Amino acid sequence: MVSRVIEWVDQRFPLTSFVKHDLTEYPTPRNLSYWWNFGFLAGFVLVLQIATGIFLAMYYKPDVNLAFDSVQHIMREVNYGWLLRYIHSTGASAFFVVIYVHMARTLYYASYHKPRELMWWTGQGLMLLIMATAFMGYLLPWGQMSYWGAQVITNLFGVTPFFGDQIVLWLRGDFSVGDATLTRFFALHYLFPFLIFALVGIHLVALHTVKSSNPSGISLADKDNIPFHPYFTLKDFFGLGVYLIVFCAFVFFSPNTFIEPPNNIPANPLMTPAHIEPEWYFLPFYAILRAIPDMLGGVVAMAVSVLIFAILPFADRTSIPGGARYRPIYRAMFFIFLADVLLLGYVGAKPPTGYFVPLGQAATLVYFATFFLLPFVSKAEERWMRARGLPADLQALFQQRPPRDKWNDKGETR
Amino acid sequence: MADSEILSCPNRRDFLGKATAVVGAAGVAAACWPFISSMNPSTDTLEKATTEVDVSAIQTGQMETVSWGGKPVFVVHRTDAQVASMKNSQGGHDPQSDADRVKKSEWLVVVGVCTHMGCIPAKNEDGWLCPCHGSVYDNSGRILHGPAPKNLVVPPYGFVSDSKIVIGEA
Ligand code: FES
Repeated sequence: MVSRVIEWVDQRFPLTSFVKHDLTEYPTPRNLSYWWNFGFLAGFVLVLQIATGIFLAMYYKPDVNLAFDSVQHIMREVNYGWLLRYIHSTGASAFFVVIYVHMARTLYYASYHKPRELMWWTGQGLMLLIMATAFMGYLLPWGQMSYWGAQVITNLFGVTPFFGDQIVLWLRGDFSVGDATLTRFFALHYLFPFLIFALVGIHLVALHTVKSSNPSGISLADKDNIPFHPYFTLKDFFGLGVYLIVFCAFVFFSPNTFIEPPNNIPANPLMTPAHIEPEWYFLPFYAILRAIPDMLGGVVAMAVSVLIFAILPFADRTSIPGGARYRPIYRAMFFIFLADVLLLGYVGAKPPTGYFVPLGQAATLVYFATFFLLPFVSKAEERWMRARGLPADLQALFQQRPPRDKWNDKGETR
Repeated sequence: MADSEILSCPNRRDFLGKATAVVGAAGVAAACWPFISSMNPSTDTLEKATTEVDVSAIQTGQMETVSWGGKPVFVVHRTDAQVASMKNSQGGHDPQSDADRVKKSEWLVVVGVCTHMGCIPAKNEDGWLCPCHGSVYDNSGRILHGPAPKNLVVPPYGFVSDSKIVIGEA
């Protein structure tokens, strides 16, 4: 019976061949490490956020007079409302942890190189959408931090030459963040996850065209690919188990870690909290914003700091595959950059006084210098590595490479 | 005129095709406008009522914060010493004379929203200090130093009597 139904569907829709091609028999490099789990995890978090979000929206009220209380109502009276909300609020932070690790892995192995530029850029688009969604969602509980965070960030658009004030007015629909702002943020916060979902689809279609990267950085011969199922379904689910242990530990034992205390006070447009601080996942960019004394310059620097990742496929001009795995200088740069981002995050959480100011400025300089030096450093590094002789395992990989790799028919690039 | 050569001229088709595309694009752009415009403040928001303040209760050297259309407005009763020192200065990087910023020299009325990112500056003896990124304003609401680009905004207001002001367009 089942097989007849499947057959009936297959004559009208490529179900079996799709499952085979993209899931069960999808060829996956056998040398993927656990760092390759995070894409799957990000997909999982997205689905969980959408699910909890839809159920929360059944009780939430996007109105300045009702919003704060409706969240309290969800927390206190709705059955399992506390659980839905804590999963959703913790999930926002978890989402950023997962995508930042996913990005860091791509940076470490320089997986953004040809032919995966579109993977990298659609990933960037996803990051921007996720940031926008998180920012708008943060306003919804209508607490003090929600309100002032939205006030400060919408104000940033005021630096636009000529139309600044009109744009801020247009974004808010009022002279300050108010009812119109809250309701539109709710509408968009509900819409964006579906845009993200669609873009994930595009990200995956691109992935299944170019196939997964792997730690060696070059496409492997067919014998080194194994079917996705059961090998990577299992590996992904094991990773999911580990992830859920950590995630649930936060949800059940420390759910307020990611909720700033001032946000338990209803928004008060006439009083700024003593210290405004964005959510942790925006801190490095916030630190860059504040590092530049000029407001327009600060906003531009912050925008560039988020978008600049897009130049990497061009800026990294090496032909040595595998990123930091084989390239000592790139590896050093990766870790310096990572430490620098953490430092920026630390500075972003501190008041902009005393030695935090020069510290933030120095870290900002290092941040941008990494990108601007990369084209030169990557070339010099390759010259130096080739003069010294490539490591033996890399040589061996080059030898094993399939003779007419469709992405590598010119020269010995990745 | 309508000979077959002209009728079959492919360039004519090209032109028609392009003209249709251009008109169509313009139509789509025009159709977007109602959506974009709907996000601007609605008429009732624009007509937000004026705020009346009874200033007789504000002692010399004191300040009161009132709400005007959702925004805080500082009404300051300045001391003679403050007025005198403000007269002699032009402020910081957005210079303006004190006389252009007040209607009666002892009364300063400014919107209490930092021109940097919209926090509410905190009052002190010499003016205001914004808690968010440390912008410093003088007792005329002029920016002295810090990241804020402009002076605190003076809202439209008027004295209806000696002890009463109305903030907002009359
Ligand atoms: S908002 Fe006042 S200094 Fe930034």
